[in-house]
This record gives sequence, C-alpha cells and structure tokens, in this order.
Amino acid sequence: MMLKKKKREGADINGSSMADIAFLLLIFFLVTTTINVDTGIGMVLPPPLDPEQEPPPIRERNLMKILVNSQGLVLMDEEPVSVSEVKDKLIEFISNPESNEELAISPDAAIVSLKTQRETPYSIYIDMLDEVMAAYKDLRDAASRSNYGVPYDALVDDSPQQDQIREMYPKKISIAEPDS
Amino acid sequence: MANFKKKQAGSKQEIPTSAMPDVVFMLLFFFMVTTVLREVTLKVKLDLTQANNIEKIEQKRLVSYIYMGPERLPGNQLGDDKVQIDDAIVDDLGAIRNLMYDKLIEEPRLIVSLRVDQNSEFGLLTDVQKELQQAGTFRINYSTKREAD
Repeated sequence: MMLKKKKREGADINGSSMADIAFLLLIFFLVTTTINVDTGIGMVLPPPLDPEQEPPPIRERNLMKILVNSQGLVLMDEEPVSVSEVKDKLIEFISNPESNEELAISPDAAIVSLKTQRETPYSIYIDMLDEVMAAYKDLRDAASRSNYGVPYDALVDDSPQQDQIREMYPKKISIAEPDS
Repeated sequence: MANFKKKQAGSKQEIPTSAMPDVVFMLLFFFMVTTVLREVTLKVKLDLTQANNIEKIEQKRLVSYIYMGPERLPGNQLGDDKVQIDDAIVDDLGAIRNLMYDKLIEEPRLIVSLRVDQNSEFGLLTDVQKELQQAGTFRINYSTKREAD
C-alpha cells in the first residue's frame, strides 16, 4: 500500500476585507468623537474664613469695589459707569500711571472686589468678570511686550519670564458675598 | 519630420494598497483614544454664557463638573434652579461638601468646572462656592463659550 502524504496548503486568512472593517470602525469613531475643548474663566477660591479672625487690613486706595445689581448696572467705587468703561477704568486703577493718590499704590497691591446681588443673572456676573480679566490681560500683554517683545500668551508656560509678569500684575480678585 | 511617438509606460501603474489597513488602523486608534463616550445625562437646562478672555483646560482628567440651571421637568417644562453633580440632582446643598471632598482625595489637583446656565441667579452659585471652599476644592473654572466675533 502506498501512503501518499498530502501536501497541505498554508492556511490563509483572507485579509482583503480588513481594510473595510477598519474603515467602518474608523467612521464610527469619527462620527462619535466630539473634540470639544473645555474653555472658561479660571479662578482660585480663597480658603474659608475663620469667623474669629479679622480680615487683613486693606488700604482703601488699593481696593476697587465693583458693584453690579440685578439689572446689570455697575458702580465702581461709588460711581456709576457703563460696562464698556469698566476695563479702561480698571487698567487706570491698577497701573496708576500718574501716581494718583486715590488709585492703587502699585499694580501688585491692587485688589478688585466684585460684588453682586443674589438675583443677578449669571451672564451679567460673567460679563463683569470677563472685563476684569480683559484688563489684566491687556496689562500683562503690555508688560510682556515691553520686556520680551512678545505677548504674554506667547511666553512658555511657567517660565521665569511668565512668572515675572505674573508677579508684576497678580490677579487679586475678590468675589464678595451678596448681602441680600 | 521627426516622428513623435507617444511614450507610454510599459508597466501598469498601481498604487500599492497593502499599507492601507495599517494607515486606517492608526487613524482608528487615534479616534478611539480621543473619543469620550460617557457623557452625563443632563437633568438641568444648560445654556452657557459667552466670554472673551478665557483659557483652555488642558488636563481634562483633573476636571470635575458641577451643573447648575433650571431643572428639566417632564413635558418640556422647566423648574427651579438646581445643582447637578455627576448623574444626580443634589437637593441638599450641604452634601456638596462631602461629595467634592471625596473627589479631592481621589485627585488632589482637582479643577471644578462650574457649568452654569446664563439665566440662573448668582445666589445659588455663591452657596455652591461656599460649599466648595469648605471642601477645599479651590481651583474652579467658570465654563463659558468663546464669544463670536
């Protein structure tokens, strides 16, 4: 008897449809992906206040009080202003180019206090905060341009240069609790 | 006169497609990794306000969200302003303290992103912020959209 060894063929998986499968999955993930970058205004809350501890003394001239009521009307240091004026006034207050007696001694001593009513809509509050942030951004950009020739955003994050600009114009924003 | 003969390539021109699956898989993995499938179901109406001077949150892993807005009621109605954390509405604001404290223990560099409806009142936000102060989660972010120029 003759046993003939059969020569086996190498098992092949047909791979031509792999690309199709991969494409199908790719399209599924393409459609479901939402590349939404989270954007917003960053803030750091202060630690809770000890009731026995007195708040630290602040000189009146270093403090800019901004009051916003529920209709969106603004008082800056007891003076009614419109929302569009807030930014320029703040820049003047913080930088104090003419060393005015009533404005901040130095930019790093300036404190901006924002106070609203409980009924104030959130969007009005954010608009005000946006103006304050815009004032600081302009000041930091100007300082960065004169020192390093580039805007603040172009500096490397957490580099000594950025730290220096940040120390020149620290964002001291106090969010006061509403009374009523 | 010279005889112009149109030159033609002798061999067939084909693009090698053997690497195509590799390319496609690479893209596939990219999108698989970047996709975030799990989204919380919002129980409050959220219409974010707009602002200009905003920053991006680069490290999304650090972010924890708090939603605030009018509650969605059955029948397309809107109720009072409520606070939602994760998937549930928090009625007792005092519970926020413990919730956020637990999250802070898990992730010490936690950033709390406050997603607040533009028409909700500031008072509720203050109450929530007071709770956050007690919990020790000081880094917050008011989530806003970029203003259309």
